[in-house]
Amino acid sequence: MADTKYTFKDFKSDQEIRWCPGCGDTAILMAVQKAMAELGHPKENYAVISGIGCSSRFPYYMNTYGFHGIHGRAGVLASGVKTANPKLSVWQITGDGDGLAIGGNHFIHEIRRNVDLNIVLFNNQIYGLTKGQYSPTSVFGQITKSSPYGTIEPPFHPGELVIGARGKFFARSIDAKVAETVEILKEADRHKGTSVVEVLQNCVIYNNGAHSAITSKETRDDNQLWLKHGEPMIFGKEKNKGLILENMKLKVVTIGENGITEDDILVHDAHEELPYIHLALINMSIADGFPVAFGVIRSVEAPTYEVLLEKQIEEVRAKSKIKNVDDLLHSGNTWTVD
Amino acid sequence: MDKKIIEVDQVVVKFAGDSGDGMQLTGTQFSNTSALEGDDVSTFPDYPAEIRAPQGTVGGVSGFQLHFGKKVDTPGDFADVLVAMNPAALKANVKWAKDGATIIIDTDSFTEKNFKKAGCNPEKLKEIYNDYNVIEAPITSLTKESLKDSGLDAKSITRSKNMFALGMVYCIFDRPLDHTIKFFETKFAKKPEIAEANKKVLKDGYNYAVTIHAMPSYRVHSSSIAKGTYRNINGNIATAWGLLAAAEKANLPFFLGSYPITPASEILVEIENRRDLGAKAFQAEDEIGGIVTSIGAAFAGHFAATSTSGPGLALKSEAIGLAVITELPLVIVNVQRGGPSTGLPTKTEQSDLFQALFGRNGESPVPVIAASTPSNCFRYAFEASKMALEHMTPVLLLTDGFIANGTEPWKIPSMKDLPEIKTKFVEKDADHYLPYERDEKMVRKWAVPGMKGFEHRIGGLEKMKNTGNVSYVPENHEVMSIERDKKVKMIQDEIPDLKVEGNPDADILVVGWGSTYGHLTTAVRELNEEGKKVAHAHFNYINPLPKNTNNILSKYKEIIVFELNLGQFAKYLRMMHPHNHYEYYDKIQGLPLTVTEIKQKVNQILESL
Repeated sequence: MADTKYTFKDFKSDQEIRWCPGCGDTAILMAVQKAMAELGHPKENYAVISGIGCSSRFPYYMNTYGFHGIHGRAGVLASGVKTANPKLSVWQITGDGDGLAIGGNHFIHEIRRNVDLNIVLFNNQIYGLTKGQYSPTSVFGQITKSSPYGTIEPPFHPGELVIGARGKFFARSIDAKVAETVEILKEADRHKGTSVVEVLQNCVIYNNGAHSAITSKETRDDNQLWLKHGEPMIFGKEKNKGLILENMKLKVVTIGENGITEDDILVHDAHEELPYIHLALINMSIADGFPVAFGVIRSVEAPTYEVLLEKQIEEVRAKSKIKNVDDLLHSGNTWTVD
Repeated sequence: MDKKIIEVDQVVVKFAGDSGDGMQLTGTQFSNTSALEGDDVSTFPDYPAEIRAPQGTVGGVSGFQLHFGKKVDTPGDFADVLVAMNPAALKANVKWAKDGATIIIDTDSFTEKNFKKAGCNPEKLKEIYNDYNVIEAPITSLTKESLKDSGLDAKSITRSKNMFALGMVYCIFDRPLDHTIKFFETKFAKKPEIAEANKKVLKDGYNYAVTIHAMPSYRVHSSSIAKGTYRNINGNIATAWGLLAAAEKANLPFFLGSYPITPASEILVEIENRRDLGAKAFQAEDEIGGIVTSIGAAFAGHFAATSTSGPGLALKSEAIGLAVITELPLVIVNVQRGGPSTGLPTKTEQSDLFQALFGRNGESPVPVIAASTPSNCFRYAFEASKMALEHMTPVLLLTDGFIANGTEPWKIPSMKDLPEIKTKFVEKDADHYLPYERDEKMVRKWAVPGMKGFEHRIGGLEKMKNTGNVSYVPENHEVMSIERDKKVKMIQDEIPDLKVEGNPDADILVVGWGSTYGHLTTAVRELNEEGKKVAHAHFNYINPLPKNTNNILSKYKEIIVFELNLGQFAKYLRMMHPHNHYEYYDKIQGLPLTVTEIKQKVNQILESL
């Protein structure tokens, strides 16, 4: 860690923020700025890369190196930056449209490669910048501009895609929970490999209240499970609900009922390589009687693409007789005419 | 019987067989031997898109044509010697054999079944005997006989029959076997029994040709080529090396983002092999990923390139626009093939010119350069790189399947003789940095992540002059559009003048661009030798065009533009320099031009003058 001391203000650019008043993006911007200040990498080593969409305007508001790319391509743009210069802390800002629809192919492949990137996936379940069409995470039946009779497409769960692509890091947060998001983002940056942080983000204009069942004051304690590695999976207003594993399935139980004690509650192991429980946690939904899981759900060590590449380069370099282009031009069959 | 010796300056040989018969290897060995013996060589591999097309069918025929001797600039129109390993190979290629050419056939494969597969009538074959010098050789059974004690399995033995044929052709041209024997010893160092078997078959093939007095024998006059160290090279490898040379010259790490596509994949493969030079190759999940990772690497301060072919270029269009508006250096190599859509993946064409020039949304100027021979792909890849880095712009380099796969001997250049490349990095101690402030050549400065104090944002939205901040100001968009256009136009000051070959005082000017150079220069040379007056101007710089373009074009009564499409370059010239009259000569068969057809067309115009 560098000795440079920053505050979040050092990461604010001079550009006027053009998101709608009340947009969840503003809170995420604040969280990223705070996380970067606290991480303490030299400011010039941050690169913030995005695609297209409301969230993708993000780099313009950051006083770091930034690149606002083209629709869906943030993943490959960021992969190019990180592969070229592994010393950088590279942040990919994307949304459910940019990252999972037009950029879905790049999303699964960057995760598969395990390039050391921090992906912040703003999930508002709608296309905002094109004014309200359904996205790959819109709920089944959702009425939007482009689904006037309700969508007939089942949605993606971003975390499930991450596991499907053999991802090593997945976390979930909520836009308004800035302090929690900051901690998660810092963990994502410290994790070596592709880290995906899904942030449930509220679009006040086209999908207001999409996450309100999870976030509303009245129900949030019962509907949110904040996971911490090594700690039991306990939630609820009274802190008396928890998860156990029964017949290979997660089950909600109440401590003190039916002989259940705190010791019976599952302890979160984010570092477990087998993804089954992580996947079950990712897929929990209120509709099925579960809380929604937040925090770092999965964080598993694995070699990263850019490091393996540099290692291979060093190994081949040490062995090869070709040290420069002149050597290359003269390699193999040559003959001399006198 | 006395051996008939034919003295010639050049000879064209074509090996043709099933796509599994090893014709590409056979042809490559013959060309390497000829090059090592000091001949000019030009090759034309021609193979089907399918890896193993149905055996014995015309669709599955793989051919390798090579032309060697003195002053060789093309792989030749018609073959002096044709090797046909089966009836399909003969059927597909006999029209490319000269009248009276020698045709070697493997009689073992000229069976009823194979005639049927090839869809040809055995009786027709008899007619061929009248027009050609046919050497019937039971190549398959002689190979089996030769290797009966080798201990190899039947399949391996049959696979060696191409070397028997090669041995026979070596005999006809009195070529040494050493180079190929050395090749076996290196290639099969760990399998000496295979090396031995191949050697034996090669020698037995040679001796068999001696025994049967295979006629005629040729004595080919060697070229008097310039002193120096030479190697064989094809266009794809030359392109890859040109990019690497530019990175080294610019003192920058090299990055190639790419996705496999015929006929460009070899560039990616070569860069993947160049870990020893520190090159980073990124095989992306798709064509868009290929170019966008490169744009990311360029943003991060690498010299970056991407390689593709026509359909891939179409997929990359939006991203090229991103490189245009962000003004990052990038080389896009397009190895053209027959189109549209998947078209003819393994065949050559020049039909992506308009796509290269105009195939993007918005006002999106991109310099376009075309290489014209296999070996000068090195030079033009280097030039494209230099242009990209010195002018902070994406540059499109066009090659095509013909020069990408074709090989020729190349006098190896020395890095110290290549021109400097001056990168546009902002000075580390600069007191201010505006990302879109321009110098006198309209070029912006490059600041990359990791450089302290120059943090800035770029992107695909229109940017304010100088600051690069997002701007929707109407007048600013016009200013920036004009500045980007002007920047590319100003590159004209740095590109070499167009030269005229042949007879500059002629009435008629033959015009071409890119890979047609060899055929056009040969045709024009022959026409002038025949007493006709013909000039030739060949374009490598397409956008911008050389400054003196119109001075040259306007001198001639007749301009004929030869190209492998439906007149794209002619239309472009007409747009840029409308006061000249342009005749078209277009060919769109997936094949290169022939010297014969060029001469016919020129003669026809000459007669009408």
